[in-house]
Amino acid sequence: MSASAPIIKIDGISKSFGSFKVLDGLSMQVMPGEKLALIGPSGSGKTTILRILMTLERIDGGHIQIDGEQLYHMERNGQLLPADERHLTRMRQKIGMVFQLFNLFPHKCVMDNVTLAPMLTKGTPRAAAEKRAMELLEMVGMADKAKNMPAQLSGGQKQRVAIARALALSPKIMLFDEVTSALDPELVEEVMNVMRKLAAETDMTMLLVTHEMGFAHDFADRVLFFDRGKIVEEGKPDEIFRHPKQERTQGFLKKIIAAGHRV
Amino acid sequence: MTQWSGYFGLILQGALVTIELTLMGSVLALFMAFLAGMGRLSRFFVLRALATAYIEFFRGTSIFVQLFWAYFVLPFIGISLTPLQAGVLALGLNVGAYAAEVVRGAIQSIGREQYEACTALNLGRWQGMRHVILPQALLVMLPTFGNNAIELLKATAVVSLISLTDLTFQAQVVRSQTGNTLVPFATILIIYFVLALLISWGVRSLERRMARGLDGVRA
Repeated sequence: MSASAPIIKIDGISKSFGSFKVLDGLSMQVMPGEKLALIGPSGSGKTTILRILMTLERIDGGHIQIDGEQLYHMERNGQLLPADERHLTRMRQKIGMVFQLFNLFPHKCVMDNVTLAPMLTKGTPRAAAEKRAMELLEMVGMADKAKNMPAQLSGGQKQRVAIARALALSPKIMLFDEVTSALDPELVEEVMNVMRKLAAETDMTMLLVTHEMGFAHDFADRVLFFDRGKIVEEGKPDEIFRHPKQERTQGFLKKIIAAGHRV
Repeated sequence: MTQWSGYFGLILQGALVTIELTLMGSVLALFMAFLAGMGRLSRFFVLRALATAYIEFFRGTSIFVQLFWAYFVLPFIGISLTPLQAGVLALGLNVGAYAAEVVRGAIQSIGREQYEACTALNLGRWQGMRHVILPQALLVMLPTFGNNAIELLKATAVVSLISLTDLTFQAQVVRSQTGNTLVPFATILIIYFVLALLISWGVRSLERRMARGLDGVRA
């Protein structure tokens, strides 16, 4: 895939929950390898975008292309049909997600959490899956806890395992949904360090929803400020955080700083 | 005094029949419970309707009547069952209907975030069910399954009505032959109680074994 073609192309999507319109004709593009931070007030639709890309929510209208292919539609004889489960399964191979609350499997040890999906969905033999899992656990600094159960880990450790678990499927796109929001303050840094390393060392495309503005600044190539389901302003981290042009961006950042977050 | 040992032998034979019925009935009940419990959660209307019909019918009619149907009525449509077969069938279907709701409730008690993790890891519906949801749901089901098994044990007494020589049947034999009511009925009371204790104990140790390392999963 040439660097000039976007890996994610969102075209006029809308999404409502009941009468609440979260996204209204949103369009955006992400280039391969880009690190994107999505910021904005609660309810602005940032998390919904990630959940839609992971197929956890369906869209009401519009189109999404991932890696040159329609996500929610299949092309059959020149016609666009709604995607079936098989198409979605194929498309999900390109995407991984890390959740705010980790969502580890509590009945499986760390190692099994990481190896389950590669063994089931790709037919990776156990030995190979465990070798790869150890490399990933090494990378997130959790190799010595491979045999532990999730309940024995701290929040930061759980989240690092969850990152390794998502990486085990080698997705092209990684989605991080407020991955440090549920952590005790002293545990936030260890997760961020893992993600900084990941961003520096891989050419994966990454989308990050966060309320940690300092982290968004370090992590991202491009920052999108969302409000009421629309992109109000976007640009390089320095432009957004140091010289926001829009009044709403300025207001949001002021409030965040007043609440004690670092920028 | 010597004559009692023969009668106790009779009652012990009855205990074996009761245990056999309980074990076989439980296996059938467990099978029906998962079949109907998961059927109620199916995407397909027909499966949901069949499962619901089964559950409502077998919960809503008496186990006596179900047993009489299995033993006395089925022969009229060409299906003749031995008393043991009829007993296992009625007990298994009856208790399975209750346990099916346990299966459904337990599966539904597993949080949405576990299903979402399955989707994000691209597990198929059945893969997620088999490897992620059911192992966790099983732990929720176990205590109530223990209740169901004890109910089934006690319900086995009804098979004495179709001349199966279980505990209760043998106690009545002993009573009619000795004229003594207290000894045989006190004996089977104790045996039923001990069997129920064994079930409780077995289920609880199974629960402990499965819950190992899972702290924080159970509410």
